[in-house]
Amino acid sequence: MSGNSEPRKYKNPVLNWIEFRLPIISYFEKEYGDYPMPKNCNYFWSFGALATITLVTMIVSGIFLAMNYTPHTEMAFDSVERIMRDVNYGWLLRYIHSNGAAFFFIIVYIHIVRGMYYGSYKYPRELNWILGVFIYLLMMATSFLGYTLPWGQMSYWGATVITNLFSAIPFIGEGLKTWLLGDYTVGNATLNRFFALHYVLPFVIFGIVGLHVAAVHVHGSNNPAGIDIRSKNDTVNFFPYMLIKDTIAVCVFGVLISAVIFFGPNLMAEVDNYIPADPLVTPAHIVPNWYLAPFYAILRAVPDKLGGVALMFGAIAILFVLPWLDTSKVRSCNFRPMYKWFMMLFFVNFFVLGYVGMLPAEGLYLLIARVGLVYYFGFFLIITPFIGWIEKPKTLPASISDVYLGGGKDSPLTASQKEIY
Amino acid sequence: MAENSNNKRRDFLQLSTVTIGAVGTAAFIWPFLKSMNPAEDTIALGTTEVDVSQIEEGQSITVKWRGKPVFIRKRTKDEIDEAKTVNMSDLKDPEEDIDRVKKDEWLVLVGVCTHLGCVPLGQKLTDSKGEYNGWYCPCHGSHYDTSGRIRKGPAPENLAVPPYSFLNDTTIKIG
Amino acid sequence: MTKILILILTLIFTFNVHAAESNKGSMPKHEWSFNGITGTFDRAALQRGFKVYREVCAGCHSMKLLYYRDLLDIGFSEAQVKAIAAEHDVLDGPNDEGEMFERPARPADRFVNPYLNDNEARANNNGAYPPDLSVITKARRYGEDYIYNLLMGYEEAPEELEVGDGMYYNKWMDGNQIAMPAPIYDGSVDYDDGTDNNAAQLSEDVVTFLKWSAEPELEVRKNLGIKVILFFLVLGTIVYLAKNRLWREVH
Repeated sequence: MSGNSEPRKYKNPVLNWIEFRLPIISYFEKEYGDYPMPKNCNYFWSFGALATITLVTMIVSGIFLAMNYTPHTEMAFDSVERIMRDVNYGWLLRYIHSNGAAFFFIIVYIHIVRGMYYGSYKYPRELNWILGVFIYLLMMATSFLGYTLPWGQMSYWGATVITNLFSAIPFIGEGLKTWLLGDYTVGNATLNRFFALHYVLPFVIFGIVGLHVAAVHVHGSNNPAGIDIRSKNDTVNFFPYMLIKDTIAVCVFGVLISAVIFFGPNLMAEVDNYIPADPLVTPAHIVPNWYLAPFYAILRAVPDKLGGVALMFGAIAILFVLPWLDTSKVRSCNFRPMYKWFMMLFFVNFFVLGYVGMLPAEGLYLLIARVGLVYYFGFFLIITPFIGWIEKPKTLPASISDVYLGGGKDSPLTASQKEIY
Repeated sequence: MAENSNNKRRDFLQLSTVTIGAVGTAAFIWPFLKSMNPAEDTIALGTTEVDVSQIEEGQSITVKWRGKPVFIRKRTKDEIDEAKTVNMSDLKDPEEDIDRVKKDEWLVLVGVCTHLGCVPLGQKLTDSKGEYNGWYCPCHGSHYDTSGRIRKGPAPENLAVPPYSFLNDTTIKIG
Repeated sequence: MTKILILILTLIFTFNVHAAESNKGSMPKHEWSFNGITGTFDRAALQRGFKVYREVCAGCHSMKLLYYRDLLDIGFSEAQVKAIAAEHDVLDGPNDEGEMFERPARPADRFVNPYLNDNEARANNNGAYPPDLSVITKARRYGEDYIYNLLMGYEEAPEELEVGDGMYYNKWMDGNQIAMPAPIYDGSVDYDDGTDNNAAQLSEDVVTFLKWSAEPELEVRKNLGIKVILFFLVLGTIVYLAKNRLWREVH
């Protein structure tokens, strides 16, 4: 029986006591202390940490805002302005929350770009990618719901337009829309449920983020070379080596977001949302939040209501199957001379879509949106599988350690090496 | 030697990083906690001006101040005498009447029983005023006298006197 | 890859600017005291601006989000604020008899609306609703510059344009027709402090007041912003040095 005494892992008896009953301390040590990170990871690998920090900041600022917000059509607009005017530091909380949402999307988009470019979605991290797409979807839903809460003109009409999408579904559409709204138009019932859902969804996101992180820690992080970890020499411990890089990233991010929060807090806001919602007057241009604009462009590029809705949701759904559309075994685009350019073009195309998504859907803009739509789907359904078959990738380096030390000057690694130093 | 000074420099850098980071985190948390304090519109309602010209002798009015009832009673001569002649040793929470009023005929009190926060009876003419002719708390039977002092029952302290001042003979500013 | 990142960031930050600028011709920019990272409000201009609002705009335009007590921020004394508030009556009650009654406004009351409700406002203004001005500079593209130009933008209508009944030509209004007659002209408000009361000055002052009304936190915000950014720069530099030390050992 003497063998069953509590193991003395830690000097601190309290930690030992907890560890014996719930091995949470060794878990954190393993996952965030000694967790091996490939040495050659560049600052793109800090965006996961940045996104987590932003999510927590959004949740915290949201909770404190909710303490002062009134989800009622008669009072919502004024209660938000009361937060800005009368609540202590209320303006700061609100500007952190509204600009934080935009920056959250910037960070997550860069995180996705990194995952696509370096092939982080491939074996054995497919499930990780799928969880990520779920997070992205939930983020879009949450931001849409949150945008309704200030009950300005854009809130009201944005909610009206988006919920009307559901009425495109044959047979059940109208009923579904009414069920979602709890009213025949966007009304007080809608505002109340949107608030309830906007409050709870971030916690769901937080949970999935936990799974997302746990999943990536099973096989370890990908790296710019896209090759597997072979020895201990390929890695450094997360603490302190990666943590310190993440801290630098946080500081740079802090400067950027502070510049916006304190010196241009309404740069990314729509002026119409400072006009209280009026169900009788539609603003001249209804524009979605810029971070949802690419999908809005796809929606409007299709002349058929149901078709547009289907393609818009399809554009998101197709992301789920990307790991199986890509037929190449090589992860990093650094070693894929052809695919790399199509990938870059895909990113540019996505931004062009976003750009035209915020402009009126007519003439040249509509044409651009249609070309962009074709490339978006063409990239996933044709280019990605096809290139995987015909492309001859460059020779992969022998080990991460080699890459880190800059082995093979003539190898195509120079770009990523520059980032390391 | 070189390595030693290197280590020292690193220690210094790490220490300053942790310190500044901790200070920054604390500074970041501050506005969030501060936001839970009363907002400016709440504070602006923290003072109430009351016109007392309509109150007759022996009558009371109840006004709302910071969400709580405030009792304003114009005391009769008898009530004033009663309040002034009490023996201090009879009191649970000894306080002279003169310390509780600014003008003898005007008694201003926060109408919240100091026991568990109920509102005592005694404002309306039909109310029970308790054994000491002041106020009576129905929750747990505390009796207050004509100066709002606790005389009998579980309440530990006298009814509180809010900060107030006379702007003129007929206007009281509470808060 | 770094290049892509820069490209992405540039695209994002030029997004709004482009979208905004493609709409209308260029909006002339005015020099404002509150521009720039250390910009502040000129208290005297704010008080003059409030006078312009009170004498010119307040007849039709409400500012429901403002309280009279807010005027303390622009340098009025408590007695002045009390006096300003007391000029207006508000409906209060019910009293002990169950009746609503009118009483003079107090500093803790909101600015009293010129009309009982939106419909009355419309009915009195040829069907056009005079918008609430509380956050007007945040609620219009180009904000304060737009409002300033609009106030100064009344002109003779060009011959080819048919101006509707009860409408006025304005260079900066969407569709160039506005239901509000020119509100400000040289000398339309008398200043007590001897400032020249030409139309440009009156407009500048009232727009300064409107900007303050929309963003009363502006000065505190910019002040705090400088500190926060400095904090991140200092911390970032130290962490960067520490990181270089640390990573030197990694081979």
